[in-house]
Amino acid sequence: MYVYDQYDQKIIDERVDQFRDQTSRFLAGDITDDEFLPLRLQNGLYLQRLAPMLRIAVPYGLMSSIQLRKLADISRSYDKGYVHISTRQNVQLNWPLLEEVPDILAELSTVQMHAIQTSGNCIRNTTTDQFAGVASDELEDPRPYCEIIRQWSTLHPEFAFLPRKFKIAVCGSTQDRAAIHYHDIGVELVANVHGVIGLKILVGGGLGRTPAIGSVICEWLDKKYLLTYLEAVLRVYNQHGRRDNKYKARIKILVRAMGIDAFREAVEEQWAVLKDGPSILTEEEVARARSFFRDPAYTQVESAQAAAELESQCLRDPIFENWVKRNTQDHRVSGYRVVTLSLKSTGFAPGDITAEQLELLAELAELYSFGEIRSTHQQNMVLGDVQVTDLYALWQRLQGTGLATPNIGYLTDMICCPGGDYCSLANAKSLPIAEAIQTRFDDLDYLYDLGPLELNISGCMNACGHHHIGQIGILGVDKKGQEFYQICLGGNQSKDASIGKILGPSFKQDDVPDIIDSILSTFVTLRREEENFLDTYRRVGITPFKEQAYAKAD
Amino acid sequence: MPKLIKDGDIIDDIWQPVDPDRAPLSLGQICDLEQWQNLVDKGGSAVQLEPGQAPTPLFDFIDKLALVVINFPVFTDGRGFSYARDIREHGYAGELRASGHFIRDQLTYLQRCGFDAFQMADESHLDAAVASLGDFTEYYQAAIDQPLPLFRRR
Repeated sequence: MYVYDQYDQKIIDERVDQFRDQTSRFLAGDITDDEFLPLRLQNGLYLQRLAPMLRIAVPYGLMSSIQLRKLADISRSYDKGYVHISTRQNVQLNWPLLEEVPDILAELSTVQMHAIQTSGNCIRNTTTDQFAGVASDELEDPRPYCEIIRQWSTLHPEFAFLPRKFKIAVCGSTQDRAAIHYHDIGVELVANVHGVIGLKILVGGGLGRTPAIGSVICEWLDKKYLLTYLEAVLRVYNQHGRRDNKYKARIKILVRAMGIDAFREAVEEQWAVLKDGPSILTEEEVARARSFFRDPAYTQVESAQAAAELESQCLRDPIFENWVKRNTQDHRVSGYRVVTLSLKSTGFAPGDITAEQLELLAELAELYSFGEIRSTHQQNMVLGDVQVTDLYALWQRLQGTGLATPNIGYLTDMICCPGGDYCSLANAKSLPIAEAIQTRFDDLDYLYDLGPLELNISGCMNACGHHHIGQIGILGVDKKGQEFYQICLGGNQSKDASIGKILGPSFKQDDVPDIIDSILSTFVTLRREEENFLDTYRRVGITPFKEQAYAKAD
Repeated sequence: MPKLIKDGDIIDDIWQPVDPDRAPLSLGQICDLEQWQNLVDKGGSAVQLEPGQAPTPLFDFIDKLALVVINFPVFTDGRGFSYARDIREHGYAGELRASGHFIRDQLTYLQRCGFDAFQMADESHLDAAVASLGDFTEYYQAAIDQPLPLFRRR
């Protein structure tokens, strides 16, 4: 993974000092609330319903064991002993004290972490595929480009007061696991007709109040232009994005208003000035960025022997077999597998992880996965490089820790924002909905029979729980002071992206599990062999689901 | 006389602020964009841009301008940051001044974008504000103050 040199360290250290000074001036009354707001947000600090929330950046979801241990320490010393993995692969502390945030940032800087631009109207943490570098369907590892973007966007002087937040995601594989169609800018590594890998750039995707699928602004861009092109897009947006209405301020609204062709023209005009300027990437810089993501020292595994061993372990222990089947997947290197640790056990808030679990993960990563851990936008954790012959030992260590629920990709592996229990923006709670669904659908055989199914829950229109792109999406709404839940169906985050359609009028909290049950029964009745939920939905449309759901509700 | 942070010092401002009713021809007078566009002789002139007024009309007269002011009615409207860079990238070498309701915590970013003079609406803490110009001494990206990105200097 990327390792700081003296320059990176100096920059984040100076940021810590700056924020310490800003916080003390705020506490002394020398900075108004309004002035402090963007300053603290650009350091990841929200003032929430019950306590502040500090969002710590995890660039493209990659962490070391050392960083995990530090997070565990911080969560004990400054919080309540647990943290939350967000849908942007970041880590959130729910109960820090404002006065102590500068100290937390100083602690983070000792392990090359920070909270820069995890909130606010600026360029946010760049995200990517949680299986980057190990996926078998990868064209090129996206992480070096993520790191180049991270450095360019960090404390960017021109783009710190944009009309609204700005999110970039990069994907380098056939299957899109980074949801690039739903980002302000999506970058995809693609080969042109000559087989040369370059960048396809999408612009204007997003969730929130007005969900939109990104439009292609550039089919193929030479990689050396990555930063000058991004800079041109941002400059057009910064100058022309709407600032009169925060709900119309995202770049998707500007792209839609101008039309993609006119927007492209404006970008190219701006790009002409910047294109070959000093920010054009050098081969040395790309090589330097790549050097941090070289293959670890993989052991040459006798794969037939390893496979035979795994098979006999599976035969002996069907619970282990099931876990291997559900929570691990192919690795690009033979003899290795990618392991996902589920943070979705019933009774715990989706995405929450305790200090003890963080420390265990740190240890297991050192033992079995080169000391690296990934967080995922589905709010789970991943050990990317586990030898097949180590799977059994790893699984045994996970027993009783709450990290081995064999539900990855199934209904109960849901994405869920912290909702009204924590967040002051929320219209409704989301955690009790998640728990009610997990409790209701606790029969694993039924879940597996349903097949892969993404259920996403957001507590408000801001859509942190990505409800628009859940195959089943649940949105908390406020109806005259009462919490209600709207359900949408058919969303999809992959390359054949689609936005979910609203089923109909919203439901009371207590009715949600029944309605989910009705939707699932309708699917089971209508599906053809081998169809998953999305296939069936796309074939039959929303009407049969609607009829069943509202027949029951009456 | 209004104060100004210029090149790290606090000095008196010698220019007359924008006044839509005043004849823009008088020496030392800052014009609004419309007044400035009507000037026949733009030699030694000064113009103030507001958010929404892109600097494009200035580009043909870059060498004639003595002062460009970019106003920030609210500090959260960041258009002026892009205007400033755009003007500098078109070769403007004269005084580029931020005026209005920006805050001291924005000074380094403003400076990086090409501003060299700062006229803050609240003049009461200028001495302390100057310190914020030194918040950062190293940067990743290219800007006006440091035209080479860190990756070309590492």
